[in-house]
Amino acid sequence: MSAVASEHEHTDDHHDHGPAKGWMRWIVTTNHKDIGSMYLIFALIMFFVGGTMALIIRAELFEPGMQFVEPQFFNSMTTMHALVMVFGAVMPAFVGFANWMIPMMIGAPDMALPRMNNMSFWMLVAGILMLASTLFMEGGAPASGWTLYPPLVLQTGDALPFAVFSVHLLGISSIMGAINIIATILNMRAPKMSLMQMPLFVWTWLITGFLLIAIMPVFAGAVTMLLTDRFFETSFFDAAGGGDPVLYQHIFWFFGHPEVYVMILPTFGIASTIIPVFARKPLFGYSSMVYATASIAFLSFIVWAHHMFTVGMPISGELFFMYATMIIAVPTGVKIFNWTATMWKGAMTFEAPMLFSIAFVVLFTLGGFTGLMMSIAPVDFQYHDTYFIVAHFHYTLVPASVFILMAGGYFWIPKWTGKMYDERLARLHFWLSAISVNILFFPQHFLGLAGMPRRIPDYATQFSDWNMVSSIGAFIFGFSQLMFVYIVIKTIKGKDCADATDEVWEDAAKHGLEWTLPSPVPYHTFATPPEKIPTEHF
Amino acid sequence: MNNNDEIKAKNTRLVRKLLFIVIAMFGFGYALVPIYDVFCDLTGINGKTNTSAADETVYEIDKSREITIEFITSLNESAPILFESKLKKLKVHPGQYYTVNFYAENKTNQPMLARAIPSISPGLTAEYFIKTECFCFLEQTFKAKEGKMMPLRFVIDPELPDRYKTITLAYTFFDNTEASVKNKR
Repeated sequence: MSAVASEHEHTDDHHDHGPAKGWMRWIVTTNHKDIGSMYLIFALIMFFVGGTMALIIRAELFEPGMQFVEPQFFNSMTTMHALVMVFGAVMPAFVGFANWMIPMMIGAPDMALPRMNNMSFWMLVAGILMLASTLFMEGGAPASGWTLYPPLVLQTGDALPFAVFSVHLLGISSIMGAINIIATILNMRAPKMSLMQMPLFVWTWLITGFLLIAIMPVFAGAVTMLLTDRFFETSFFDAAGGGDPVLYQHIFWFFGHPEVYVMILPTFGIASTIIPVFARKPLFGYSSMVYATASIAFLSFIVWAHHMFTVGMPISGELFFMYATMIIAVPTGVKIFNWTATMWKGAMTFEAPMLFSIAFVVLFTLGGFTGLMMSIAPVDFQYHDTYFIVAHFHYTLVPASVFILMAGGYFWIPKWTGKMYDERLARLHFWLSAISVNILFFPQHFLGLAGMPRRIPDYATQFSDWNMVSSIGAFIFGFSQLMFVYIVIKTIKGKDCADATDEVWEDAAKHGLEWTLPSPVPYHTFATPPEKIPTEHF
Repeated sequence: MNNNDEIKAKNTRLVRKLLFIVIAMFGFGYALVPIYDVFCDLTGINGKTNTSAADETVYEIDKSREITIEFITSLNESAPILFESKLKKLKVHPGQYYTVNFYAENKTNQPMLARAIPSISPGLTAEYFIKTECFCFLEQTFKAKEGKMMPLRFVIDPELPDRYKTITLAYTFFDNTEASVKNKR
């Protein structure tokens, strides 16, 4: 079962050497496993940086009135929390999984463009450091929300050009990452693997890659227009010069809506990989999953204005974007149905990755339903810019994307390290997270419906109780995540941890090529493509 | 191995195509600016009134209908200007020309360049609100402490659908004296 492909044949340019010695290994590495690890560790650090900012926000909102921070700094925190979490934590984490797993899943020796791979990682670090540096500048970090709407964002102090350039760097980094992933998937697959035999994680990343190269340049253009409006006297968004601030919102959300799918499509992919293994059944409706992912990606380009129902669009526009948005519920519903059908009558066991995945299916559905509520243009006027939208997108990001990132971590770390993680602690981590995330975000629905606006450091006293509950949930959730760090470090060190078998999970080798490799996985894998593709389970 | 070179060549070709998409999409982001203008012009949904003087065509005056026009004035970022409309409200007949006056005064001791930007609500009435003369067509210059009466001459196109009874016209004055002020902020 565990034939080591790299030992089959001795190819002339690839001696099976291990990693380079010393710390320079991490700077110059072009190995997809090294780069994947760096992406994942960086994302985890940023998860805690962004999380700390979230806790500052929740601490300030614990009680009405001003407690700890200045309003301007509070607004910087909401802005930076979002930017760090989106561009520093969730996106890099998925790129990390892509780096680690895609070559192993499609039987390729490495990524298609290994040097560019290294460069896109270090550009990400540079971009995030530049973004973080704005916190210490005259006038403070951007405080306009992550959407960077003019004219407010143009009042940012010295930080504006740095924020814009950091968006450029992050954009170039993810474009390079996306190009690399697309090239790997299209050109490096084992010859025996057809497109419709690829694991779903690979499929979702292929589609996400195309989304990224289509939208990141548009965002780069939008922030460049902000830059020239501020410094070079253009008037793209300046009404005094004949521009229109609403235009920015149109351009931003043309990027912004597909961007939220960039964060959820790979989530779908990992969930579709994990659930069949623990349900011990093939994934239900493989090809419908692929088509649903592609339709979601396509639809994401024609629904952007549902983020701006209240700007005063003509009724025809409101209706078009309302119906187009509602249609997205159909392919998404197909996916939820397929995951449920996969579990139906399966011989399920509930290890940590499966627990996180089941929680994802349930809680993501909940987040999807609130999204459906907001797609209805007339009622969106009530929800717009309240805590209801905050609750909505956090349900689709935290118990969805973040939970699946945790699930993926637990699922593959035995393959990476050759050691089993501590299952008891991991389950405790799950239950603490699953309960506290609901204490944290569920009350925000009530706050939003009652009219509490987002991005405001103070609130009327009738909102006190639920805010206090939400803040308590936030602190439990935040500190529970330290358990994940502890479990990961313990697994990597490997003391008191059981050795993982090559398959790791029962019959996993039926589900994916990565489980046919030894654990821990060697530094170089699939120097020659695998002969047999486990197709019966796709 | 030949196979390796082949994959490398394939990668190069693919990367070129993908880079082309990237550059095209960057251009598309900029192209959206004129695309929106054209699209809104064609469909008449941008809610902007005409920005240069229209010819004074003669319409048949519709005495049977009365439309209330409200005038609102405001300042951008508390520009040092006194700006008010002499009339707050006016009842008009579609097809008849009216002239109303706005008053603006430079409150500073320096000369000033300022510009009024109109906005109309409901936005879909914009194409029926026709201005033959407006202080908003051009940037206005003010001497120190100078005050000016500024006329607006307009007509409501009798084609205006019956459901519109009230139209609100809002002007915001922007102080453009130093475009470089933006840099100093």
